[in-house]
Amino acid sequence: MGVLTDAWTWLATGAHWTGEDGVGHRLAEHLYVSGAALLLASAVALPLGLWLGHLGRGGTLAVNISNAGRAVPVFAVLALFMVSPLRNAGYLPTVIALVLFAIPPLLTHAYVGVREVDRAVVEAARGMGMSGGQLFRAVELPLARPMLMTGLRSAAVQVVATATLAAMVGLGGLGRIITAGFNTYDTPQVVAGAVLVAALALLVEGALVAADRLGGRLFGRAGGRAGSRAGSRAGRRTGDRDAPQQDNGNG
Amino acid sequence: MAEANCLVTNDWICGEYLRTRAQELTDATLQHIGITAVSVLLGIVVAFPLALLVRARPRLAGPVLALTTLLYTIPSLAMFSLLLPLFGLSSALVVTGLVLYALTILVRGVLAGLAAVPAETREAARGMGYGPGRLLWEVELPLALPALMAGIRMATVSTIALTTVGSLVGRGGLGNLIEDALPTFFKAQVLTAAVLCVLLAVAADLLLLGLQRLLTPWNRPPRPARRRTAAVRPGEGG
Repeated sequence: MGVLTDAWTWLATGAHWTGEDGVGHRLAEHLYVSGAALLLASAVALPLGLWLGHLGRGGTLAVNISNAGRAVPVFAVLALFMVSPLRNAGYLPTVIALVLFAIPPLLTHAYVGVREVDRAVVEAARGMGMSGGQLFRAVELPLARPMLMTGLRSAAVQVVATATLAAMVGLGGLGRIITAGFNTYDTPQVVAGAVLVAALALLVEGALVAADRLGGRLFGRAGGRAGSRAGSRAGRRTGDRDAPQQDNGNG
Repeated sequence: MAEANCLVTNDWICGEYLRTRAQELTDATLQHIGITAVSVLLGIVVAFPLALLVRARPRLAGPVLALTTLLYTIPSLAMFSLLLPLFGLSSALVVTGLVLYALTILVRGVLAGLAAVPAETREAARGMGYGPGRLLWEVELPLALPALMAGIRMATVSTIALTTVGSLVGRGGLGNLIEDALPTFFKAQVLTAAVLCVLLAVAADLLLLGLQRLLTPWNRPPRPARRRTAAVRPGEGG
């Protein structure tokens, strides 16, 4: 118990929140790196996954990429970057490692989301004379949205959690508070840092769940109500089933 | 001479490194395998009764699944640090953290496997006079094996990757080698340890896949039959 009160004291000390090594600066670094990685990964993986899903091809590719992603330790990837010439490129190595890590869940969920749209609905839309593009925009994308959001959520949490590891190779971010505490045998600081990191990960998860609900309500009204409801129900089901595939993977 | 130089020139791939540090590499790999194996086995031991409990009392399903998912959200560096006051710098700390991560995947795997058992099969076994224990052990468990093994494979592969983070407290197997090599930018050691990690994950996955095939012979395609028709056909044609 003593450690926890000490950790609380550490957190309550204003001086620990300011300056180069302070919580504020580390939090900004953490969010910057995670945000950049998530945006880049989405820009690559979402269009590709949606397109492959629309074509109905590349299922093995999506699944294999997802499985391979789980086997690669991010710590090792980061370390490889840090002993290469890239080590002088600031946050680039971290962002690249995180992008590589975020692509599998985004790609797989986007692909599966489009693929799992009821074939009968797709056929009906085709029968109504919709072109490939129309079918994608009006039918497949809205129905795949819940699955897409599940992927985005799992990728975001994964990235925020994994960005912590940047500290293990000497880079910034909230993990740095933990490793700095380790180096000075300051257990209260280690625990305080861990609490901060865990709280941020949970906060991001919560914020994304809320945004997802809100988005679902808005999109539900814009699109066909029945279709979107059926879609979100299906998405919730598949989302549940797929949850074990999530990986905070900070390996 | 040229080979000995690769340690001096700090090449990515260095035969001399593999030769001189073989013992160190073996030790680290064995520690990695040990920590992973203990974590996954303990995970199964904890997850199995937990899944059975959830199945028997569906009301507990929500809280149990939410709790394991919550644990999964906590970053590994934070998880190991939070357990530090409880365990100190020990392997138990790393193993506990890894077990907590494996739980999410394993509990869901066991539940999905048991849910996939057809209700008619269960009814038939009950009608034949199978008690709950015998039903679980002789009917449900074998039928649940594919989904169960999928969960175990997934948990094993991600545990192997996560073990490297245990180097934070000096119990990370191959992760230790990576951490040791970082300050001196020792490329050969970082690359070798990283490659060994991935190879370990692939090997474990294939091993478990083989085990699954062995345990579920009824899921295998009927190979002898195919061979027989193939052998017959030329005779027919000729």
